Amino acid sequence: MKFVTALCAGVVFGAGLLLSGMTEPANVLGFLDVFGDWRPQLALVMGAAVSVTAPAFLYVRRRGRNARGEPVELPDRRRIDSPLVAGATLFGIGWGLSGICPGPGIVLLSTRSGIAFVFMGAVIVGMAALTLLRRAAPG
Amino acid sequence: MRLLQSGIRSWPLTWQEPARVTCGAHGHPAVIYAALNARLPSVTTADAWHALAGGALIGVGSATLLLLNGRIAGVSGILGNVIRAAPGEQGWRIAFLLGLIVPAMIFGAGSPLLPVDWRWAAASGLLVGIGTQLGSGCTSGHGVCGLANLSVRSLLATLVFMGAAVVTVLVVRHLVVT
Repeated sequence: MKFVTALCAGVVFGAGLLLSGMTEPANVLGFLDVFGDWRPQLALVMGAAVSVTAPAFLYVRRRGRNARGEPVELPDRRRIDSPLVAGATLFGIGWGLSGICPGPGIVLLSTRSGIAFVFMGAVIVGMAALTLLRRAAPG
Repeated sequence: MRLLQSGIRSWPLTWQEPARVTCGAHGHPAVIYAALNARLPSVTTADAWHALAGGALIGVGSATLLLLNGRIAGVSGILGNVIRAAPGEQGWRIAFLLGLIVPAMIFGAGSPLLPVDWRWAAASGLLVGIGTQLGSGCTSGHGVCGLANLSVRSLLATLVFMGAAVVTVLVVRHLVVT
C-alpha cells in the first residue's frame, strides 16, 4: 500500500514537473537570468506548489500524525548551520550551470539523451562521494 | 549577434550533435555554453497557466506523499537515501522516483535544451549531488516542502541556492559568453 501511494504521488509530481515547463532547462535558466530576458514561470510553479502543499503540512504538524493516523516526524525547521549554507551554495552553482535539478533530471532520463544520463550519473557520484566522506570522517 | 542567437535557438541541442561555433567578439567556443545561451520566445498566457497548473500538481503529489506516507517529497533526499541504503523501507522511495518519470515516458518530454558538452553536465551534476546532500535538500525538499512547512531553515536554503544560481547564470551568460 505504501508502495502504491508513493508511486501515485510520484506520478502526479512528475506530471506537474512536465506540465509546468520545469523539465525545460531554458525555462529554469530564464528565471535565474534576472539580468536578461526574465522568464517568471518558476515563481508561479513554486507559488502554486507551496500553496497546495502548505495545508497538508499544517494538518500533519498539528496532529503529529498523517491522514492514516501514523506518527510523523517533521524535519527541524530552525537549525541554521554551515553545511546548510555551503550545500545550498554548491547546489545553486550546479543548478545554474545547467538549469537542471534532481526532479527534472530524473524526468529528463526519459529523453534517452546521453547528457541527461551523464548529469544524473554525476549527481549520484556526488551524493555517494559525500556519503563516503562523512562515513570516513563523521562530523 | 542576433543572427547567432537565432541560430542557437533553432539548434537541436542534443549530445549527438556537437555544435562548434564561436560566440561573440571574443571568440569563446560556444560549445559548452549553448544551452545557457539559448533564449526561448517570450512567455505566453498559456505558459503561465501551465506553470500554475503544473505547480498545483507538484503540490498535490507532495501533499499525497506527506498525508499518506508521512514522508517529505524531496527528490534529492529520497535519491540520497536510496544510494546510501538508508535504514527504513526502500520500496516507497524507489516507487516515488519511478513514478516521476512515468508521465514523461507516456507523453514525452519534448526536446529540452540540454547542455551540449558532457563535461559541463558532469560538473553541474556533481555540484548538485554534493550540494543537495550537504545542504539536506533541493528545489523540491527545501523550495516546495520546506517553505510549505514554514521552515526558516528551508527559506534560508532556498534564498541561498537561488542567489548562487542567479550569480552563476549572470557570470556564464553575461560576463563570459557575450
